[in-house]
Amino acid sequence: MAVELDVFVGNTTIMDEEVYQLWLDGYTVNDAVKVRMEGGVLDECEASADVLLSDTMDQYRTFQMCERLLHSPAKLANQCSNDFPLLCLSLFRYYAFDDAFVREVLGKKLSKGTKKDLDDISAKTGVTLKSCRRQFDNFKRVFKVVEELKGPLVENIRQHFLLSDKLARDYAAIVFFTNNRFETGKRKLQYLTFQDFAFCAGQLINNWTVGAVDNMVEDMDVDLDKEFLQELKELKILITDKDLLDQHKSLVCTALRGKTKAFNEMEANFKNLSRGLVNIAAKLTNTKDVRDFFIDLVEKFIEPCRSDRWTAADMKLYLTHYTNSAHILDTFKHQVVWDRYMGVIKSCIFKMYHD
Amino acid sequence: MPGKLKAKIVAGRHLPVMDRASDLTDAFVEVKFGNTTFKTDVCHKSLNPQWNSEWFKFEVDDEDLQDEPLQITVLDHDTYSANDAIGKVYIDIDPLLCTEAASVISGWFPIYDTIHGIRGEINVLVKVELFNDLNRFRQSSCGVKFFCTTSIPRCYRAAMVHGFVEELVVNEDPEYQWIDRIRTPRASNEARQRLISLMSGELQRKIGLKVLEMGGNAVVGYLQCFDLEGESGLVVRAIGTACTLDKVSSGSAPNTNTHVHPNTAPASNACNSPSKDGKEPVFGEDLPSSSGPPTPFRALPTSSSSPPPFSPSKPCSRQSSSSDTDLSLTPKTGMGSGGSAGKEAGPLKTLLRQHTQTALEQRGASSSGLLLNAREFPFFTLTSFPPGFLVHVGGVVSARSVKLLDRIHNPALGNTRSYKLLDWNSVTADEPETRDAWWEEIRQEIKSHAKALGCHAVVGYSESTSICEEVCILSASGTAAILNPRYMREGCLDIGSTDHRFEDPSPPSCGFCHIPYDELNMPFPAQLTYCYHCRRQKVPDVLFTTIDLPSEAAVTGKGCLIQARLCRLKKKAQGEVNATAISNLLPFMEYELHTQLMNKLKLRNMNALFGLHIQISVGENMLLGLASATGVYLTALPAPGGIQIAGKTPGDLSNEHHILTIQKRINDTIAKNKELYQINPPKLFALDPEVFCGINMELTEEGLGSPIPEPRQRSRLFRSHSESSDELSELDLSHGKKDAFVLEIDDTDAVEDIHSLLTDAPPPTGFYSCNTEIMPGIYNWTSGIQMFTSVRVFRLSNANLTNQGLNKIFTDLCENLLKSFYFKLRSMIPCCLCHLNFTVAVPEEELIQVAVTAVAMTFDKDQAQEKPAEKPINKGSSENEEQLQFPLELCADVSSANTQPSSKVSGTVSLLTPAAKLCQNQLVMIHLPGVPESTNVSSRAASVDYGSFADRCSTWLELLRLKAHTIRRGSVKTSRRTQSLAHSVSSLERCSPLPEGRSRSLRSSRSFGGSSVTVVKMTPLSFLPGIRIIKYLGIINMFFIRETTSLREEGGVSGFLHSFIAEVFAMVRAHVAALGGNAVVSYSMKECVLMENPNKNQAQCLINVSGDAVICVRETDQEPTASMTNIGQTCCSANDGAT
Repeated sequence: MAVELDVFVGNTTIMDEEVYQLWLDGYTVNDAVKVRMEGGVLDECEASADVLLSDTMDQYRTFQMCERLLHSPAKLANQCSNDFPLLCLSLFRYYAFDDAFVREVLGKKLSKGTKKDLDDISAKTGVTLKSCRRQFDNFKRVFKVVEELKGPLVENIRQHFLLSDKLARDYAAIVFFTNNRFETGKRKLQYLTFQDFAFCAGQLINNWTVGAVDNMVEDMDVDLDKEFLQELKELKILITDKDLLDQHKSLVCTALRGKTKAFNEMEANFKNLSRGLVNIAAKLTNTKDVRDFFIDLVEKFIEPCRSDRWTAADMKLYLTHYTNSAHILDTFKHQVVWDRYMGVIKSCIFKMYHD
Repeated sequence: MPGKLKAKIVAGRHLPVMDRASDLTDAFVEVKFGNTTFKTDVCHKSLNPQWNSEWFKFEVDDEDLQDEPLQITVLDHDTYSANDAIGKVYIDIDPLLCTEAASVISGWFPIYDTIHGIRGEINVLVKVELFNDLNRFRQSSCGVKFFCTTSIPRCYRAAMVHGFVEELVVNEDPEYQWIDRIRTPRASNEARQRLISLMSGELQRKIGLKVLEMGGNAVVGYLQCFDLEGESGLVVRAIGTACTLDKVSSGSAPNTNTHVHPNTAPASNACNSPSKDGKEPVFGEDLPSSSGPPTPFRALPTSSSSPPPFSPSKPCSRQSSSSDTDLSLTPKTGMGSGGSAGKEAGPLKTLLRQHTQTALEQRGASSSGLLLNAREFPFFTLTSFPPGFLVHVGGVVSARSVKLLDRIHNPALGNTRSYKLLDWNSVTADEPETRDAWWEEIRQEIKSHAKALGCHAVVGYSESTSICEEVCILSASGTAAILNPRYMREGCLDIGSTDHRFEDPSPPSCGFCHIPYDELNMPFPAQLTYCYHCRRQKVPDVLFTTIDLPSEAAVTGKGCLIQARLCRLKKKAQGEVNATAISNLLPFMEYELHTQLMNKLKLRNMNALFGLHIQISVGENMLLGLASATGVYLTALPAPGGIQIAGKTPGDLSNEHHILTIQKRINDTIAKNKELYQINPPKLFALDPEVFCGINMELTEEGLGSPIPEPRQRSRLFRSHSESSDELSELDLSHGKKDAFVLEIDDTDAVEDIHSLLTDAPPPTGFYSCNTEIMPGIYNWTSGIQMFTSVRVFRLSNANLTNQGLNKIFTDLCENLLKSFYFKLRSMIPCCLCHLNFTVAVPEEELIQVAVTAVAMTFDKDQAQEKPAEKPINKGSSENEEQLQFPLELCADVSSANTQPSSKVSGTVSLLTPAAKLCQNQLVMIHLPGVPESTNVSSRAASVDYGSFADRCSTWLELLRLKAHTIRRGSVKTSRRTQSLAHSVSSLERCSPLPEGRSRSLRSSRSFGGSSVTVVKMTPLSFLPGIRIIKYLGIINMFFIRETTSLREEGGVSGFLHSFIAEVFAMVRAHVAALGGNAVVSYSMKECVLMENPNKNQAQCLINVSGDAVICVRETDQEPTASMTNIGQTCCSANDGAT
C-alpha cells in the first residue's frame, strides 16, 4: 500500500520559502521533513507527518520543475505564467550563493577539474555538495552567457538573469575574477572576504577595463584595458628618478607631519611603499602579474603598513597625500594615468586594509 | 453559407533546438483548416523566428467553422529528410462566431507536442468574417452562446428558460483503430486530439441548432463529457439548459448591485428586488414572437434551397455521426425499459435514415422531436436560480444503469469486428441511437421519480458514466423540484391546472423547503413538520439536493463538506456475469452511502445537504462510491436529533460499557460540531420577547435541547426516544414517534462503521470547506483566491483486502488529501475551500485514483463573526401540534426492511443472494409505488438492460429519517435578505479592492515587478470575489493528451502529471488571454485519465478541461484595465513599465 502518485498544482504556484531554502541548501526530502518537524510547523496547523512528507515532496518537485526555467530566466518574462513574481523571487534565491563557497572558487577556472574538487570545498566550508554544485553551475552559466555579449557586464547579467542589482554586481565580480584568473587562494589573502574582492572587482571594472573608455566593445568589462596597462609602465619614473622620488617624499611628509602618530614609520617606509605600488603598476602588462595583483598589494603595501600598526585613518591620509602630491611634481607628466591607477588602488587598499 | 477565416502567423519564440549541429532551428508553420493547408516560409536558423506571414484565408461553411479547429503545426525544415514536427496549436474558432464574444484571437500560444509537452510559443492572429445565414435549413448554429456556468451568467438576464438540450456524437477511437499499430504514438495522440476537437465542435453545433429551434439564444450549464469506451468507440455527449438571455448593460444599477454580493449573485441576475413582489419585471415578459414553441408545421419542408446536410461532398474528416433523439424516441414511448425498444428501433432507424437523406425531412423530424423532447424531459442543468424561480424542492432523484459496451452493435449489420475495420463508419453511424436509447431510459426514470415526488421538473441535473473494460455504469441525478411556470416556455413543463401549489406565495427564505408532494399521499414515509420559518407549510425533516443553496435561503451557522466513502470488492468477471454482479451491488452501495451521509449529517447537527454528488466508479475487482455534499442547517427545517447507539445483546456488560463509551463520543462530537459550525438555532424566547410575552406559553426549545437522546429506550428499530431532559419534551413524547436515529451495533462491521463515522476530522481552525459554489454562512469574501488541482493515486499492495480494510484505505486517502490541502493553503487562513470536486476512478486493478479541483478563497474573519448576529428571527405565534398521518406499521415495516440489507450486506459480497435482491425490490415497491420496475436482469441479444436499481436508493434516503418533533404553526417575517444585502455593501466597502496576495511568499514578492504579465485567474466558481465580470468571451473546452517514454527522467508519474497539469493550466491561460480575457470561471477538469507502465518507463495521460473565458474588472474599476482592452498582445508580452 503506497501512494503511487501525489500532485498538487495551483493556478499560481504555492511556494514555501522555508522548504525552498532547504532545497537550495541541498537537503534531501527526508532531512527536510525532519527539519520542518523540528520547526514545529505541524503543531501550527494540525497536520500529520504524512501530510508534511507529501507537501515536502510536492514542493521539491515544483522546485525541480522550476529549475529548468531558472536556468534561462530570460524566458520567464515571456512565459504565460501566473507565477512570474514568484519565480523572480525564487530566482534571487536560486542564484544567491554562500560567501564561504565563492571565496573558495573565486578566480579559479570554472572547469571540470574545479568541479571535481567541490567535495573538498564542501567539506571545508560546510556547504552541502548539492548546494556547491548548484552555485558552481550558476557561476559557470552566467560566465558562459555574458562572455560573448557586448555592453556593460552588470547590465547584461541583470537582463539575462533578471537578478537584483546587488546580485548582478556580485556575479560581475565573479565573472571578472574568473576571466582574469586573479589569485585569491593564497594564505596571505585568506583574511579577505568575498565582499572585499567584489568591491575591488567593481573598481577595476569601472576604471581599468576597456569599457571604462569605450562601451561598445565585446568583453569590454571583462578584459583590462591593454593600452592603459602599457601606459602604466611610464609611472616607473616615480621610483627610478631619484629626484622625483625624493621630491615626492618630501611633499608627502610635509603634508602628513603632525597629523598622524605613525608619521615616523611613514617617513621611513615611504620609498619602499612607493616602489611597491609603482612596481605593481609597471608589471601589470604581464598576465601572470595581473593574477598576482591582490597578493602583490598585500605583500608590498598592506603587510608593511600593518606591521607598522597604521590605522585605517592613517592609511587613508597617507594614500590621499601620496596620490595628490604626485600632481605637484613638475617633471611628472603622467597625471591622467596616475589618477586612473591610484584611484583604484586607493579604494582597493582602503577596502582590503582591515584593522 | 460561407464564412471567411483569416489567420496570420506572426512569430515564434523559445523554440526548441531541432538541429543539434547548429543548436538552432529552421522553423516554418503549416496552417490547416478543414482540408486546406497553407505554409509559411522557412525562417532559417532561429529559435525566435519572425514569419510575419500574409493573411491566410480559408473560405468555408459556417458549419465547418463550428466543427473544425484551426490547426497550426510548427515544423523544423530539413532538406534531406522528413521535416520534424515541433508541435501544434489547436485554436477553437467558436468564440469568434458570436457577435458578442471575442472579435479577434491574438496572442502567444504554447506550442504543444504530445510527447514533449510545451515547446516554445507562437504568435497568431485569427479573424472571422461571417456572412449571416438566415436560411432556416442551415446546419450551423453560429451565434448561440455557450456557458459552462450553471447559473444565469452575470451581465445577462434570462428572458426565458426553454429547457433541456442534449446531444451525443459517437466515433471510433483512433487509439483502437488498426492503423494505430503502425503509426507513431505521436500521430495517434494527435489523431485523437483532433478527432475530439472535431466532435466537440460538431456536438456544440448540433446543440446550438436545437437551441435555435426552441427559440433560445444560449446554452447555460453546458456539460460536455467524453466516454472513452475503448474498443467500442468514443462518445462525446453534452447536456445543457437552453435559455434566451438578454445582455444587461454593464452600467445599469441593478447589475452593480448584483455583484457587490457574491453570495446572492449566482442566483440573482438583474434584479435584487424582493422576489415576492418583484417577480414580474425579471422574468415576466412574454416573448411570444421570438420564443413561441416551434410547431411541427413550421419545420415542414417548404423550400429546398438549402444544401443537404449529409451530402457526400463533406470533407472526409466528418466521420462522426450524431443522434436524433426523436427517432429513437418514437418506438419507445410507453415502454418501461429501453432494451427491446432499441433493438426494434434499429432497423427502423436505418430505414428512416435512408429516407431522410434530404435536409427537409430530417429537419421536420428533428423539430417535432425537439418539442417532444423538451416536454419529455423538464430537466435543468442549472444549480442556482434567479429568485422566485424555484418554488419547492422535493429531493434528490437519481438513476443508474449498467450496460455492456461489448454488446452494442446494430443487428442489421451483423457484429463482425472485421466488418467494422473495413467500414466502421457505417457501423458507428448507428451507435448513437443505442447510446441515446440508454440515456433516454435513464432520463425517463429520473422523470418518473420526480413525478413520484410530486414534482414536475428536475434541477441541478447531471449525467455521468464510469467505464471499466466492457462494463459501463450510466448515472444521472438531479433534484426534483417545482419551478415557477411563468419563467418557462409554455409546454415545457407538465403542470396540472389544478395545481394549487403556486397559489400561496411562500417566503423566499424557506419556500423551497416546503414539500411539493401531497402530504396525505407521500411517495415515501417521512416526518413532516410545519416549517420552522413560516409555520405555514410542511417541511420534511431532512432535505437532500444536488443544487446550490439558494441565496435567499435562511441558514443557521455555517456549512461544511460531508463525504460518504465506500469500497466494495467484486469478483473479477466478464461480460454479463460482471454486469449482473455490478448491478446487484449498486443498490447496496447507494444505500450505504446514504446511510453514511445521513449519519454524518446528524453528527454535524445539520439537516440539509446541497450539491450532493454521488459517484460510483467501477474497477475490475471493486466498486468505489463517493458521495460529496455540503451540509447546512436550514432554519426552516426541524433540528436533527442525535444518534443513538444500540447494542444487540443488552445483557452483555462489557458490551454495554463499550456502547456507552461510543455513545459518549458521538454525543461529544455532535456538541463540538455544533460549536464549530456555529449552529445555534434561534432561541425563540430569547430573540423574540414579543412572542415570549404573547399568547404562546408552549414555546419549547425543541430544537435547542440536547440533541442527544437519553439511551433509555433502546430498541432495535427506529423507535421513539425522548430527546431532551426538560418536562416540555416529555409532553412531546406523548405524541409518539420522536426522532432518534438509532445505530445498531450487532457485529464488528457496525463497530467499524461507527468508528469511521468518527474519524472524519474537522477542518483545522480557520478553514471551512464545501462542495457548493459558496459556503453557506460566509458572506464576506476577500479577493484572495487559489485554484488548484490535485491528483493522488494509491496502490493497494495487499491482495487479500476486505471491504472494511478497503473502506478505511479509501477514507484515509480522501481525508489525507483534505488535510494536505489545509496544510498547503495554511497561509490563506481564514479561508474556505469551495467547490471541492472529487473524482474517483479505478484506473487499474489495484489502483485508486482521486482527483480534486477546488478553489480556496479568503474571507474576512471579523465580519464572519459578526454574521451570526443577523440570523433570521423566527416568530412563532401559535403552537399547533399535529400527528403525522403515518401508519406506524408501515413505518416499522419499512425500517425493518431497510436495516436488513444494510446489516447483511456490509459483511461480504457473497451475501448478496437473490433473497437480498428480492428484499431490495420489495423496498422499492413500498417506497415508490409509482416507479416502473425495471430491475429484471434479462439477457437480451442486442442491448442488455442490467436494470437501473439506482435511484431507489436516492429515495430511500428520504426514508432514513429522524422521526418526529412537534409541529408548530407560525408565521415568519424575515428580513434577512435585505439585511444581508446591506451587510454585503458594508463588507465591500471595508474589504480592500486590491487583490490580496495568495500566500505569504507571494505577498513578499509583490514589491518586485520588473515587467508585468497579465495574470489569468481561474476558478471553478461562476464568479470571482471582489471582481466584476463584464464580458463572456466564449467557452473553453480543451482536450490534451500527453505521453512519455522517459517516465523516470521526467520525475516519475508524479513529475509527469505535475508538469502536464501545469502545462494544461498554461495553455488554458494562453487561450483565454488570446481571446482578450483575463479569467476563467466555472473551470472544471472533466477528465483525467492516467495510464502508466513504469516497467516500460512509459505513461500516458488525457485531460479534458472546460470553462468560460471572461473579461473582468475589479469591483471598483469602471473600465477594463488597459492590458485587457488592448487585445493585441495581452497576455504574454511583457509590458515594461506597467505595474
